[in-house]
This record gives sequence, C-alpha cells and structure tokens, in this order.
Amino acid sequence: MIDYLLTEEQIMVRDMARQITDEKIRPVSAEYDRSEKFPWDIMKDIAKSDLFGVYIEEKYGGMGGGILELCLVTEEFSKGCAGIAICYSASALGTYPIILAGNDQQKQKYLPAIAKGEKLAAFGLTEPAAGSDASALQTTAVKNGDHYVLNGLKHFITNGGDADIYTVVAMTDKSRGARGASIFVVEKGTPGFTFGKKEDKMGIRASSTSELIFNDCKVPVENLIGREGMGFINAMRTFDMSRPGIGAQAVGIAQGALDEALKYAKQRKQFDKPISSFQGIQWMLADMATETEAARALVYASAREVAAGVKDVGVHSAMAKMYASDVAMKVTTNAVQICGGYGYMKEYPVEKYMRDAKITQIYEGTNQIQRNIIGMGLIRESSK
Amino acid sequence: MNIIVCIKQVPDTNDIKIDPAAKRLVREGVKTMINPFDMYAIEEALRLKEKLGGKVIAMTMGPAQAESALREAISLGCDEAILLSDLAFAGSDALATSYALSQAIRKIGQFDMIFAGKQSLDGDTAQVGPGIAAILDIPQIINVRKIQEIKEGQIIAERMTEYGYEVLQAPLPCLMTVVKDINMPRLPSLKGKMKAKSTQVTVWKAADIGAEEARIGSKGSGTDVWKIVIPPARPQGKIFEGEGAVDQLVDTLKGLIK
Amino acid sequence: MSEILEYKGVWVLVEQRRGVIQPVTYELLGKARELADSLGVEVSCLLMGFKVKDKAQELIHRQADKVYVVDDSRIEYLLEEPYTRIAADLINKYRPEILLCPATTLSRSLAARLAANLNVGLTSDCTGLDINPEDRCLLQTKPAFGGTVMTTIISKNHRPQMATVRQKAMKEAVADPQYQGEVEVLELDASFFASRAKVLEVVDEAATSINISDANVIVSGGRGMVKAENFKMLEELAKMLNGAVGASRAAVDEQWIPYSHQVGQTGKTVCPKLYIACGISGQIQHLVGMQTSDIIIAINKDPSAPIFKIANYGIVGDLFEIVPQLTKRLGDKS
Repeated sequence: MIDYLLTEEQIMVRDMARQITDEKIRPVSAEYDRSEKFPWDIMKDIAKSDLFGVYIEEKYGGMGGGILELCLVTEEFSKGCAGIAICYSASALGTYPIILAGNDQQKQKYLPAIAKGEKLAAFGLTEPAAGSDASALQTTAVKNGDHYVLNGLKHFITNGGDADIYTVVAMTDKSRGARGASIFVVEKGTPGFTFGKKEDKMGIRASSTSELIFNDCKVPVENLIGREGMGFINAMRTFDMSRPGIGAQAVGIAQGALDEALKYAKQRKQFDKPISSFQGIQWMLADMATETEAARALVYASAREVAAGVKDVGVHSAMAKMYASDVAMKVTTNAVQICGGYGYMKEYPVEKYMRDAKITQIYEGTNQIQRNIIGMGLIRESSK
Repeated sequence: MNIIVCIKQVPDTNDIKIDPAAKRLVREGVKTMINPFDMYAIEEALRLKEKLGGKVIAMTMGPAQAESALREAISLGCDEAILLSDLAFAGSDALATSYALSQAIRKIGQFDMIFAGKQSLDGDTAQVGPGIAAILDIPQIINVRKIQEIKEGQIIAERMTEYGYEVLQAPLPCLMTVVKDINMPRLPSLKGKMKAKSTQVTVWKAADIGAEEARIGSKGSGTDVWKIVIPPARPQGKIFEGEGAVDQLVDTLKGLIK
Repeated sequence: MSEILEYKGVWVLVEQRRGVIQPVTYELLGKARELADSLGVEVSCLLMGFKVKDKAQELIHRQADKVYVVDDSRIEYLLEEPYTRIAADLINKYRPEILLCPATTLSRSLAARLAANLNVGLTSDCTGLDINPEDRCLLQTKPAFGGTVMTTIISKNHRPQMATVRQKAMKEAVADPQYQGEVEVLELDASFFASRAKVLEVVDEAATSINISDANVIVSGGRGMVKAENFKMLEELAKMLNGAVGASRAAVDEQWIPYSHQVGQTGKTVCPKLYIACGISGQIQHLVGMQTSDIIIAINKDPSAPIFKIANYGIVGDLFEIVPQLTKRLGDKS
C-alpha cells in the first residue's frame, strides 16, 4: 500500500480498527453472513474502542477527527466484513445531518450517545417510489402547533430497526417540490413510528435493511434540523460527506478480496507450480492491485478535501464513490475467478466479497446518479 | 486496592528467530507483543480495580524497547508503568528475574495483589510468579481460572489443575498467576492509546531498587544455557487424494495404532 | 565451590493424589536410577501428603534406596508454603545434588517456589536429562518456543540442581519387589505445616475423558467443527483409538468445549504419539502446542491450511464425512 503520510493519530485510529477487524470481525464474518443477526457484540467492541466518535467534535464527546478518520476505520472493517462495516458507517450517515445542519441543542442532545456507541443512527430518505429520484418523496410532515405529524413509508433503510436515532427526510410543502423537504430527528419508540419488513439481501447481510413506517407520528418542532425546505440541500450535503465513506468500504472489500486471491494463488498448485507463477494470474493480480490503490488514493484525496472544508466537494466525492465501487465489483469478481471452483463455494471466504461489493455501486446514489453529478459538474465548471 | 501486574514483552509468535551460536533468541528487529497470558493478568487486575477501586501498576524487566509493552498496558487502563532496565539485568534466568522484580515491588511498598500470567511464551518456565511469592514471602495461588470473592482482606480463587480445579482461600497480600479461562481481555481504546502516548514510564536501574549485584543478571542466575539445537523441520507429509483417500487413511491409521 | 561436591544423591519429589502415587513418579524414578548409577550415588524420594506412609514401599520396589515420608492431614492437598518449607528443610539437611519433580501443575508451582527459596536454578518441563561426564553436572534438555528449538540447560554453581520433568518423557523404573531400601517417617513440628493459603474445596471435572497431557492419541477439533454438538464425533473417534479429545483456541473461545481441552500457546502443550487435527487450520499459536507429536494427521477442507505443512498425513475434504467413516472403519475389523 502507498504510504499516505497519515498523522500519528490517524495511524492509531487505523491500527485500532485493524485490530478489531482481525480479532473480532474476521472470526465471525461468515456466521453473521449466514444468520443475518445484527452484530451487537461487535458494535459494543467498537464502542469500547472509542471509534464511534472519530468524526465527531470533542465538545460533543467525540475524538475530534473527520471524514478521513471515518474512511480509515470503514476501510479496515470492510476488509473483514462489509456488512458489519456498514452498520458502523451508516450510523455516521444518519448522524451527518445533525452535524451539518443541527443547532447546538440538537448536537448536545444526540451526538454524545452516538460518539460513545451507546446509540446507532440511520438516515431515512429512500422510499419505494423515490430512489434515484429523491424529489419524488411521498412521506409528509404537517406542522401542528408544537409538533409535526409524519406519515409515510421509507424502505431499504440501513440500520432500520436497530438504530435509536433516525434522521428522516419528509415533505413539509409538496407544492415547492425539491425545496419542500425537511429533515427531522425521530427516535425509536416514538408513538406512530414502527418498522416494517427486514430485507433478505444478496450481500452485507449482517446489516439490517428495513422499512420505516410513520403513521401519524408526532415529532416535536425542536426535532426539525435546520429550516423547513432545506431538506434536500442538507441531504445532498450529507451525501457529499458520506460518499468517501462508501468509497472506503469499497476499497476495503476490494483489498480483502485481493488478499484472499493472492494467498490462494501462492499455495494452489496446478501443473506442478503455484498458479501465482503463471503470467496470466500475475497480470490479473497486478490490475486488481493497481485499481484498488488508485481507488484508495481517490477516496483519501476526496476525504481530505471534505475534511478541510473545501467548497464544492460533490464532484470529487462522487468520483471517489463511483470509481471505488466499480473497482470493488471488478476486483472481487476476478478474485473469485482466481480462486476457481473454490472461489464459488460458500465455505471459502472470497465469494462473500463479491456479493458484498455489488451494493456499493447502488446505494447512497447509484453510480449512474454519480455520473450525472460528475458530468453536470464538469459542464458547470467549464462554463464559468 | 494497589494491584501490581508483572508482564513480559515477548517476540510475536509469528516472527521467532533463534541465534544458535549466541544461544539465544534474536530480539532485535523482531516484532514484539505482550505475553498472551499476561494480557489476562492485566484484564483481571483492571476488572478488580473497576470493582473495588484503587490502581494498577504494570511492571516489566527488559531492554528499553519493553517500554512499548508498558504503554500498551496503560492504553488498556493501567495507571502506572515501571520498567526495570539495566545492562546489569542482562542474562537473567527466572531466579534472577524473580529477585529483581521482588526488589522493585519492595520499593513500591504497599500492595494488595500481584498478578502475572501463568508462563511466558519464550521462557515457558512458569517460575517467575512463584519465585516472586517465595522471595517476598507471600502466599501464592497459581493457574487461577476464576476469582470467586475478595472480602475482609481474603481472596478466594479457583486454581486450575489437570483434574478440574481447587478452591483456595488466602490472605492478602497474595500473588496470583492466571490462565486463559479467567476472562476475555479488552481491546485498548483510542482514549487509552492517547493517554499511553503521554504517560511517563518510570525507569529503574539496579541501583534504584537496591539490587545486590550477585543476585541479578547472569551472575544471579541459577541456570545457564549450555546448548541450543534447532531440530530438523518435519518432512513434507503425504496428502491422500481422490477416490480411495479415506481408505488409505484408514489403512495408515490401523498401521499406526497396532 | 567445594561445597558443591558435598551435595550427593538424586532425589525425586513424589506426585501423589488422594494418597495414590501417580505414574509420573515412576518415570522420574526410572531416570533418577539411571542418573544415580552414572554418578555412583543413591536415589531417594520425598513423599509428602496424608495417609501416604504405607505407599512408601511401592517406591522402594521401584528401586528407590530411601524414602523420606511426611504424613499429615494438614498437607493432604498441595499447598506451596508448607510443602516448600518441609522440602527446603530436608534438602538443606541432606544435601542432594539433584532434585527431580514432575512437571504437573502443582508440582511445577512447588518446585518454582522451592527453587527461589533455596536460591537455586530450576529448569522446567524437561524431556531429556543426562550427566555431563566432565563435571558431573546435570544436563537438562527441554523444548522451547513450541518445540522449534531444543535447549540444554546447566546449573554449574548451585545445588541442588532442580528440574521438573514432563510426563511420558522418561521410561518408568523397572519394578523390583526384591529391592531393599529404607523408609524414614519424619515427625515434624507444627510450625512446618503452617499455611496462609487453605484449600476449601476440590472439584473434579471431565470425569469421563482422559487428561490430554497423558494421552497417547489426541483427536482435536477446531473452527471447522462449527458447533459444540459436533465434538461428539471426535469423542467417538478418540474412544475408538483410546485417546483424548483436544481443541484449538477457536473452538474453546466459541465455548464448544471446555478450556481444559485447549492445545496451543495459551492452552496445553502436548506430545502424543498420534495427533489428529480436524477442521484446524494450523495457526502458529496452535502448532506450538502440538508440533512435536510423533505423527500428525490433518483433515481439513482448505488445501491451503498451514496444518498440512507439518502433517505426516493429510486429507483435504469434509471432516463431517471423513471422521465418522474413520470411526466406523476402525471399528469394523481391528
């Protein structure tokens, strides 16, 4: 791996995540993939290590780092299990609206428990009719004196059912279209807020993907994040922050698969030689390693930009997410190929990486949406 | 409660190098770790501190690089760290090590419990714990797999044997060596690691602990290494494959157990 | 150092449990006899316990020239303080040049406290003992770093030379019912038996299975066993082979089998004639606990598992099919 000249603290964060991955996550990854149980034990271990707070300000109980630290941790966890990793990083996704647009009271109220790992967060945007077309939201939030009443259904929500804190996007004024959405914090247990079915997925099976059901759910006005109508803007700002994280997850998946394929190639003998001695295999490994490294470099560069508060990080973070996830799909497919028949068997760890990789091309904005963002961004830039 | 934990920095198992000519382990440039059994000792000490209050002092005798083991102990939650490091300690066997650690413990003064791992990976002797107890003239409970109770200055603990376990009671101060069954060691936390970075490790030389020259280092050792031999590696075995694999294995087994 | 020459005799610390002398004692006696004959000295035993005095003759019949017996209810269980005090007193009085102790859990602890008390060296877990003809010193050989290295230790300037000896490493002393020797039952003052530690309870566990340290055959299971119930099939194979069941750390951590069965770096070190590793990948932390076994057989579905590198024989396949087949086929004819 290229030396990214991380600071001592960043190295400490990364090594801490690596230790948890090696000692706690890897041994149970296959079992969670099978059982689809929520990995509470691992969440507890992560909480004890203080890693839940790496992107949260010290004054709210965090460790004071930012997106790059979040990426370092997510990448390490993903080498062990992308499903367990997403439980961790989706919580960050659910927290970012509060960090970016919440007021001090809201931050004081919600961030400390999240930083300590006592509570997980989740981001509730997607609906059956509103995926890439996020502006087609049907969930409504009608103001009524000191509270809003939420009605609607969210689906495919990561950490749905297991998180305690949900940042939910709902339409406060349908007539204004994209400018009519707002974000609310809704806590688990609020009357009128229930969970629907948990999805049976191809990959990242340790994480729970569920429906959120709002049925005349009363949410106090203090729970509105930012101003009415700022919902989409804040949601997009949230995604700008979280895209490098998905990129990091993808890099971790790719690296994990590459490591398995390399290990296998070195010891698998055919025609009296380890298959790693065949040029064809070496070329495949070379391409896999180069693309993974390039993806990592793009993810870290984008993460640094975001962390430094650079304006207009959207295009670069979209590039990072898109490229890294496409690389992950390619690398994991080739990793299975290198492992041959064994690669296809569930008893061997490599097929899981391929199943896990696919979602990174889809969620938090499909790679088609990412290309829209990049394309339109380029055109806009060149018109200036 | 003042609890002292004696730990040892050992080579990382995956990285063992022997120098047969010098008759010892190569320690330079080799990855190190805290002796696995000592991790359980640290964890037990920390749990007792959390339950009963007090402090945990981690101590080790070793070269300067052993400081990193002590910092790791701090990152797990130990309050203080003491390194016994002096050229005069070089070449110590279990006897000389027990003496040096005992002198340091005497210097610390008051303590309620001493914990150590059952044995170290590299020395494998399981002698230093009992050696310290002998020199300090305190009771010992070895191979502790569970502490049942601590009250009124007495400790009740289970010592594991080949047959099961025995429940022993002893007055404090007492020395305990622990086995793996006793607990599940915690991982360090980021806050702990940052604290470890800034903590002062106390370093004591032989003179600081009033150690008699004749009882430390190779002079103070009761044993010497006479010879080290690296036995030949196990030869490549036979892998049974294909249709009759199990048959072949059965035949081999029958041949072996005759 | 002329004092050194005043120390004569090879002593054996007797391992007894509930008044029964344990077989490892006879192994030590066998070696003690050999060493004593090289040196031209006597073999003596130190037997401490409760209701043990009539067992002393058994030791004489295994060619001990002398047995010192301390029989008292206060030392029914091994407590390090009184045992150390008594042993140290007798050693200082009678000055043996060599003291051999069994490398059992309790005797190792006693030997370590005793050695520090006497300020002498101790080599633990020896597998080889010889006399250096040049200086009559005891050469104590033991495996180190999980058997990757054999170290020979010597104690030139301290007496007695102490060693704890691994079970099954030495041959038992030949039984000789005609052998003549002396038994001395010692009456000691109450202060010898004082102990700050007390034994409140003794709990035996795993009554049915053989202690893996003693077993000649071990059938061991690792992460590949998938769940606790599956260890039953290993028990059946072990029974067929008159062996014991072992486990890797992964299986113990999953709580599929108790810690007493764990083989490896933080478990037991074993050296059976036959070690069958089922569903064990062969991480170094496990290997250091069993790689000196005479024959190693590995059954694992992963062809790249490191265990195959040290196995004498191996099968790449599904242990859930292979193990029951082995048990059945071994039971078929035999």
